Amino acid sequence: MAGSTVSVPLGDGSGVLPRRAALIVFGVSALASAILSLALGLSPFVWLIFTGLFSLLTITVWSLAVEGRRRALDRVMTVVIVDIFILALVPLGSLIYTVVKEGTARFDGEFLTSTMRGVLADGGGALHAAMGTFIITAFATLAAVPVGVMAAIYLVEYGKGRLKRAITFFVDVMMGIPSIVAGLFAFALFSIFLGPGIRLGIMGSVALMVLMIPIVIRSAEEMLRVVPDSLREASFALGVPKWITVLRVVLPTALAGIVTGVMLSIARVIGETAPLLITTGSVDSMNLDPFNGRMANLPVYVYEQYKFPGVPPEAYIERAWAGALLLIIIVMVLFLAARLIARRYGVEIRR
Amino acid sequence: MSAGTVSPGNSSTPGKVHRRLGDRAFSGLATAAGVTILVVLAGVAAFLVSEAWPAITAPVADLPDGKNLVHYIWPLVFGTLLSSTIAIIIAVPMAIAVALFTSHIAPKPIAMSVSYLVDLLAAIPSIIYGIWGIAVLGPASVPATQWLADHFGFIPLFDGPASTTGRTMLVAGIVLALMILPIISAVAREVFQQTPKGLQESALALGATRWEMIRMVVMPFGRSAVVAGSMLGLGRALGETMAVTIILSVSGVISFDLISSENPSTIAANIALQFPESSGIDVNVLVTTGLVLFAITLAVNMAARTIISRREAAGGR
Repeated sequence: MAGSTVSVPLGDGSGVLPRRAALIVFGVSALASAILSLALGLSPFVWLIFTGLFSLLTITVWSLAVEGRRRALDRVMTVVIVDIFILALVPLGSLIYTVVKEGTARFDGEFLTSTMRGVLADGGGALHAAMGTFIITAFATLAAVPVGVMAAIYLVEYGKGRLKRAITFFVDVMMGIPSIVAGLFAFALFSIFLGPGIRLGIMGSVALMVLMIPIVIRSAEEMLRVVPDSLREASFALGVPKWITVLRVVLPTALAGIVTGVMLSIARVIGETAPLLITTGSVDSMNLDPFNGRMANLPVYVYEQYKFPGVPPEAYIERAWAGALLLIIIVMVLFLAARLIARRYGVEIRR
Repeated sequence: MSAGTVSPGNSSTPGKVHRRLGDRAFSGLATAAGVTILVVLAGVAAFLVSEAWPAITAPVADLPDGKNLVHYIWPLVFGTLLSSTIAIIIAVPMAIAVALFTSHIAPKPIAMSVSYLVDLLAAIPSIIYGIWGIAVLGPASVPATQWLADHFGFIPLFDGPASTTGRTMLVAGIVLALMILPIISAVAREVFQQTPKGLQESALALGATRWEMIRMVVMPFGRSAVVAGSMLGLGRALGETMAVTIILSVSGVISFDLISSENPSTIAANIALQFPESSGIDVNVLVTTGLVLFAITLAVNMAARTIISRREAAGGR
């Protein structure tokens, strides 16, 4: 070092760490903290934290000694970012692990095929809640998709001037409506016409619809926008009227993307609890009529089993976890199916 | 070029009237769907106001506990702001790191699949976050909060006595942070990726390290979007209901103490807890609190959207 006359712009240090330095440091830190955790009998979570801190410390010292301050800072920030990223994924892993572990205890045939009617402690199931969730979400989807897709068509194909700008802005605003406010809206709407204390499955659908419409519009709009103008122009050149062009050329081209967006929007609202808690109520037996009486659904089922357990509490808590597992499976299936469609048809999902 | 600028050759021959009829009907239908959005939003505001009105005009004696409406709502607003503030403080730095990881640090193939994992965080229903928070995170937080109470008890935030169940404001805030993290990082990731390649390469060519390039080029470029994304996340945290409802054991106090078992409630959680049991004027009072929540989130979201659209107008993308 002393004999070196070349000035290195990167700073005081002149050496460079080996190419795999970061990996080496991570590996060594993971190993070291694993030994330490095993020796002290600590949990895997503590092991992760130790690994992060160890790797941070080692890379700092090593790089400072060899490469100088600026490069060391670069390496430290890289490790910090990677560590934070891993830290952000830990809860996801823990959550899925917990739900699967706790949920499988009662995730059996009886759970999937029976209701809570007459169930006092053990046994019972969530069939009525699953059916309720299905019906409520289906009605919400049936209302939200046509309105959402047509509104997107308006924004992309027809809209201009102040009305278009106003709608674009308020779709964004609608996206931010808290779900409980959507529930209160549905309640207020129905209670004015049908009297206070009303609880119906369809009220839940209305609340979910309010939450779904802006998501559907946003994704459909995005998908319609990427349909090349040359397709529209070719159709116009053949003398096809605009509305048939939209229906027969633009929509089919964007269909896969729109379907993907709709599935993601269903995945987003199917687990909504708050609006359903105040609109559909809950009930122990099967009710398949959304226009008559209270209607059970999965999210509220999970909430009530967990929050208000009877005797013995274990039976209720286990049912809550099994319900949570079912809910997560439904959401994951929707999520994965949407991804598969997207990949199959080359749709790029942007959120 | 927007699609709206293209229009069909309108050589209107008299015999083709039915075609133009179809065109007019279809565009009318599309416009009606667009206007529906405005009607629904106006409806939300109108019906909330009409259901809240009886509580706003009612004499104080008729209200729950004979308290003034403002006195009823204020502790809830406080709790809402407190939990959301904790969530934002935790989530924003993490979201920026996660976004940078996917946009600049991780190799391309890894970045693709991990950004998918982060999106998955957003898809998990809030009720499940809630029961995870109370079953796993809460108990896990007890030793840490106990330590905080013992050693940093002089700070009002950690005044204690520490809760023994972990059903604290701190845990609720952390869970909220996890729920809004994907929202913020999605917005941040998008703009970080749009940072002009030329600027980034110039910085590197001038001898900047990758971190210096990120700090001097990528961050300034994305700053307003990160602010806007954070406000969207804030809007979500303000209105988030179930996680807070199920985690907090509420007692209606106004306290900055994050780790004790006595916590202020939030507007949304209070509605979820009280609504199923309420009737008469109590329902109207709850709808009034919902209206306040609606107004707060509306203001936050409109501010965020204004920042984003100003940025887009300035040629940010």
